[in-house]
Amino acid sequence: MSGPSTYQPQHPALKWLEARLPILGLVHSSFIVFPNPRNLNYFWTFGGILAFMLVAQIATGVVLAMHYTAHVTLAFNSVEGIMRDVNGGWMLRYLHANGASMFFIAVYIHIFRGLYYGSYKSPREVLWILGMIIFLLMMATGFMGYVLPWGQMSFWGATVITNLFGAIPLVGGSIVTWLWGGFSVDNPTLNRFFSLHYLLPFMIAGVVVLHIWALHIPGSNNPTGVSVKDKQDTLPFHPYFTVKDALGLVVFLIFYSYFVFYLPNYMGHADNYIEANPLVTPAHIVPEWYFLPFYAILRSIPDKLAGVIAMFGAIAVLFVVPWLDTSKVRSANFRPLYRQFFWIWAVAAVGLGYIGAMPPEGGYLIAGRILTVYYFAHFLIILPLLGLFEKPKPLPVSITESVLGHGGAAVTAGAPSAPQTK
Amino acid sequence: MAHSAAAEPTRRDFLYIATGAVGAVGLAATVWPFINQMNPDASALALASSEVDISSLKEGESVTVKWRGKPVVVRNRTAKEIADAKAAQLSDLKDPVARNANLPDDAPATDANRAATGKENWFVMVNVCTHLGCIPLGQEGEYNGWFCPCHGSVYDTAGRIRKGPAPENMAIPVYSFMTDTKIKIG
Repeated sequence: MSGPSTYQPQHPALKWLEARLPILGLVHSSFIVFPNPRNLNYFWTFGGILAFMLVAQIATGVVLAMHYTAHVTLAFNSVEGIMRDVNGGWMLRYLHANGASMFFIAVYIHIFRGLYYGSYKSPREVLWILGMIIFLLMMATGFMGYVLPWGQMSFWGATVITNLFGAIPLVGGSIVTWLWGGFSVDNPTLNRFFSLHYLLPFMIAGVVVLHIWALHIPGSNNPTGVSVKDKQDTLPFHPYFTVKDALGLVVFLIFYSYFVFYLPNYMGHADNYIEANPLVTPAHIVPEWYFLPFYAILRSIPDKLAGVIAMFGAIAVLFVVPWLDTSKVRSANFRPLYRQFFWIWAVAAVGLGYIGAMPPEGGYLIAGRILTVYYFAHFLIILPLLGLFEKPKPLPVSITESVLGHGGAAVTAGAPSAPQTK
Repeated sequence: MAHSAAAEPTRRDFLYIATGAVGAVGLAATVWPFINQMNPDASALALASSEVDISSLKEGESVTVKWRGKPVVVRNRTAKEIADAKAAQLSDLKDPVARNANLPDDAPATDANRAATGKENWFVMVNVCTHLGCIPLGQEGEYNGWFCPCHGSVYDTAGRIRKGPAPENMAIPVYSFMTDTKIKIG
């Protein structure tokens, strides 16, 4: 993925393979000697964590599918069967259900990292857009997975989300009927959601390959946002970043395991342990926590079509961030104003999540509307104007200078080289 | 060759376009069955009808039956509910159309056009919020009609949207009185 390989196999069998399929050279150049900026912090370990979570979700999902039955009369009981009868089934299901939440926690940190350090800016726009496509596919997968246990929240979440498409003028009704395969969410809906829930993770895996490919053309951004200029600005992926990613992953897995083994239902809803009933809507419908900010935006607008447009617009606006941000400086560390506005936006986004979990009335409704306006203003007004008016702080000459240059050490070209200690 | 082709369209250009066009039509014809299979199948389309016995419903009581997977409420409305519904002016309504499958599409949303013809106490309605499909709770909300707990839509005693994000009045299904005490929905 990154130019001609320097890989030289010694063993005759490996030479034989490399001459026919240079796959070992590809792995070697992409994940062994690949040059990464030497100053990456722990926010850069979330890419590896996300790759791990995708594999974990596919592995637990494939074995859960061996025990699950996608039929309205059997689905709920088959999930209870997994919990009570299947050997270790409770753990596999809790790993999968909490794994979805962990996947979203990691992806939100990964996205916030990108927004803070300007990782979406030239030449990484395509990398960013591929990431946003992965985010959309993740949301579709998470939504359809939540329908499968066929509890009350499954059913009514599916009803509300599919009805969103009914807001489309003229063809909305036909589209909703087409999505359902009937006149309400019913067995055909459950069947197709199971089929697609199984398919989409593999499509995510495909886009992840493109995402990594697009990453390996310019290489990783870094906390200074200054481009790599010299070999001494980088360190090889192995062992420096394999070890760093591994430590980040282990800490993340401890966090994940705490939820799986001590709070397995913390991020779920009690109502989903009641079997789906098409005649009774639960008193308080809430989607999974990772949809709450978008759900709050939907509810803030007292018009069906406008609400749906705003909700999808909240995601669509992220796709064009590379062109809305007019600043030449990538990292918020050197943008005194953007740094403050970033955190205000981050608080607003999390605040929308809180509002989304509350009932749509009184002060919550007003706060939701203010935060919705601010969310869009950040991208559509503040970001374009900041680049024009903000005076960035002086950037370090190079990544190496930013690492070694403090303490008054004079830095001349080529003087401090990367530490050779191993 | 590439340079000389610029001036005049050649037979080869025609063949390229013709081949591409036939290919596109063939692709669309092949893709269509994969899309169309998701539409309601024959068993879902078979127009199911439900019969409801309303002889035991006293004034102020409702019964809910399932029709095409959706709840249909049959209510014997109280005199006050009828009076409240009649008092609303068309100009007060967010959706001025009756949404009654038994009447023309442009019938105004008067109480007479929402309730059963000639039996204004009987009220039959698909109890599905026109916002995002939740089931509104009966005899609740500001107008003492229906209130949707999901996103706060408020309907009056004739199931007409009065406040909140829902765009339309709740639908009146096709139905008829088989006898004075029996209704056929669908």
